[in-house]
Amino acid sequence: MPTRRSRARDDATGWLFVAPVVVILAVFLLLPILMAMWVSLTSWNGQGSPFRSDVPFVGLDNYDRLFTRDDLARENFMISIRNNAYYVAIVVPLQTALALGLALIVNSRLLKGKSFFRSAFYFPSVTSSVAISVMFLFIFSNSGALTQLLDFFGIQGPQWFSDARGVLHLLLGMDTPPAALAGAGPFGLSWWEWLAGPSVAMCAIIALVVWTTSGTFMLMYLAALQDIPVTLEEAAKLDGAGRWQRFRYVTLPMLRPTMFLVLTLGLIGSWQVFDQIYVMSQGAPAKTTLTPAFLSYRTAFRDFDYGAGTAISFVLFLIIVLLTLFQRRVMRERRS
Amino acid sequence: MKHLPLAALAVLALAATACGSGFEDKPAAAPQSSGPASLRILIASSGDPETTAVKQAADAWAKESGNQATVTPAQDIHQQLGQAFAGGTPPDVFYVDASRFADYASVGALEPYGDKISNPDDFYPSLRTTFTRDGTFYCAPKDFSTLALIVNDGLWKKAGLAASDVPTTWEQFTEVAGKLKAEGITPLAIGDTRDRIGAFMVQAGGWITSADGKQATGDSPENLKALEYVKTLLKDKLAEYPKQLSASWSGEAFGKGKAAMTIEGNWIKGALKADYPDIQYTAHPLPAGAKQGTLSFTNCWGIAAKSVNKTAAVAFVEAMTRADQQLTFAKAFGVMPSRQSAKDAYVKEFPTDTAFVDGAAYAQGPVNAAKMDSVLSDFDAGLQQLTSKDPKALLARLQKNTQSALSD
Repeated sequence: MPTRRSRARDDATGWLFVAPVVVILAVFLLLPILMAMWVSLTSWNGQGSPFRSDVPFVGLDNYDRLFTRDDLARENFMISIRNNAYYVAIVVPLQTALALGLALIVNSRLLKGKSFFRSAFYFPSVTSSVAISVMFLFIFSNSGALTQLLDFFGIQGPQWFSDARGVLHLLLGMDTPPAALAGAGPFGLSWWEWLAGPSVAMCAIIALVVWTTSGTFMLMYLAALQDIPVTLEEAAKLDGAGRWQRFRYVTLPMLRPTMFLVLTLGLIGSWQVFDQIYVMSQGAPAKTTLTPAFLSYRTAFRDFDYGAGTAISFVLFLIIVLLTLFQRRVMRERRS
Repeated sequence: MKHLPLAALAVLALAATACGSGFEDKPAAAPQSSGPASLRILIASSGDPETTAVKQAADAWAKESGNQATVTPAQDIHQQLGQAFAGGTPPDVFYVDASRFADYASVGALEPYGDKISNPDDFYPSLRTTFTRDGTFYCAPKDFSTLALIVNDGLWKKAGLAASDVPTTWEQFTEVAGKLKAEGITPLAIGDTRDRIGAFMVQAGGWITSADGKQATGDSPENLKALEYVKTLLKDKLAEYPKQLSASWSGEAFGKGKAAMTIEGNWIKGALKADYPDIQYTAHPLPAGAKQGTLSFTNCWGIAAKSVNKTAAVAFVEAMTRADQQLTFAKAFGVMPSRQSAKDAYVKEFPTDTAFVDGAAYAQGPVNAAKMDSVLSDFDAGLQQLTSKDPKALLARLQKNTQSALSD
């Protein structure tokens, strides 16, 4: 009996101690999310509070519109999903591989001036993303450094930020859709549009993002690499494992938790890409850099359609959660 | 204890509903404060000259009227206003871009004070229409600009053309363009959006919506005629978009001498003076199709419906839109007065701007309907590919999207 009473008291004390954090989380995290969820069920127009009794309640109409109704709202949303899917598919593997590569270089015993390179690689990550975006605008502009560099080698580069052509279309050298793909595909977008690939303009943004984020992830890999006991590697060496084998069968498995972290953070971050789009392109050219995060912002703050804008961000949230769960599952299966 | 999180959630929900009752708006109009007012003014400034000029004018007004006026230049006025409206504390007076006017007015953010300004009929009728919704004149136009045909005089002479050859019809325009075409010189640089190509639609007698902004008229035969004409110009390389001339806008291509003509507004004066001071040019009315037509761009002085200082705000706008004040602004940062009574003095001061000012008589303002932003940017995306797309399909798409936006 006394034990039970004391446990109850312990519980109460515990709750008392975490109460400040719980309250702060509830007020600044949970409550706003619940409020946003309410807004996504209304057609609030941004005037006054969304919690008045005369704000029209529309149920799931805002969500319905994104998927089933054949109009511009759905088309824009689907285009943004397509753009962002290609973006994620390229950015996540690239930044993961690049970060690992940089970490291996910086961690190698042969490299001189390690701390210099470490800072240099990390530098883009600590610089403001807006400043970097503006710098890339100059580099990729029609008379910018990159265009002139390509010119020097006799290559006529594209007009990066005004080129709406899809990369996959370009690679295949196709201008017009073949009959099989011209028809309507899922959600009102033709197969031809779904399969366009990221546009040239989007590729410039992808290059920027990979360059900026890989520094942060390099640090994570670096920490993990330095955690691997030297003895392990020496043991592998004694067993006669070569360089590649040591990397493939000793280092890489030891990095698996970090790999999961980097992939998850990368996935979440790249589905939410906003500031680069806002600064560099605002969705142009021809909507090929439109992303759900930017579309949500535009729908809410430009069209005063806060309900639809919030609905987009909840769908985005759902996509991210589902993909993360899926990814966790895949990585766990490979472990067992 | 197991149920504690649940209980906490319930308490939270209760708290939220309790707060909810506090969100209810106070009944009727916002209470008006009496005595000296402190006005907050948010402007989307074109640069330092404009900020300084407006600040000076506001200070002078404040001193004279015994009120206070704080002018803040906005970083991104659409976003800042959107947040301010949602938060319920908008600035008292702010710039409203004509293309956004319908969005603001339709949600009830703007105070319809237009008729409280003295002599409202003095504003150009086309500008008043731009800021009228459901028959109510909402806000006083601040100033305006129109599009005109800008001609490079050097290239013009080189092609053997005289001053009398300036085209007044589409047919003449095609002919003159053919003569101007030369190695490395495109006759016309034209922006690839509705804000330039739309002028041809107006000249053909069409537009995206009906005059009252209630009907979609995108797929009219007049619009089709306009797009087909522009498409021929583009196909024959008599006209090109700025990016084909590797320029960020038409003025750049024109300034570099890559284009002999362009269609831009009076802002091109300042840009050419700053970047290409040597270029000799003149401005002429745009050639007419079925009728004369151009586009106008303008801002109005919006007053927030929620402002508690409406009387002072109206007095402030009154002072800012007086003819002599508008002339001061015109001299400071190159905008055209929105009052007809200031026209003569303006033309006297800036005789080369006649073509721009005269445009006010037949200019079409931006689309005056709510929720059209995404529809119009979709149309722009289509116009960018005009050479490879069927104009009829483009317009059909515009019509469908406009109808769905208007019926919302």
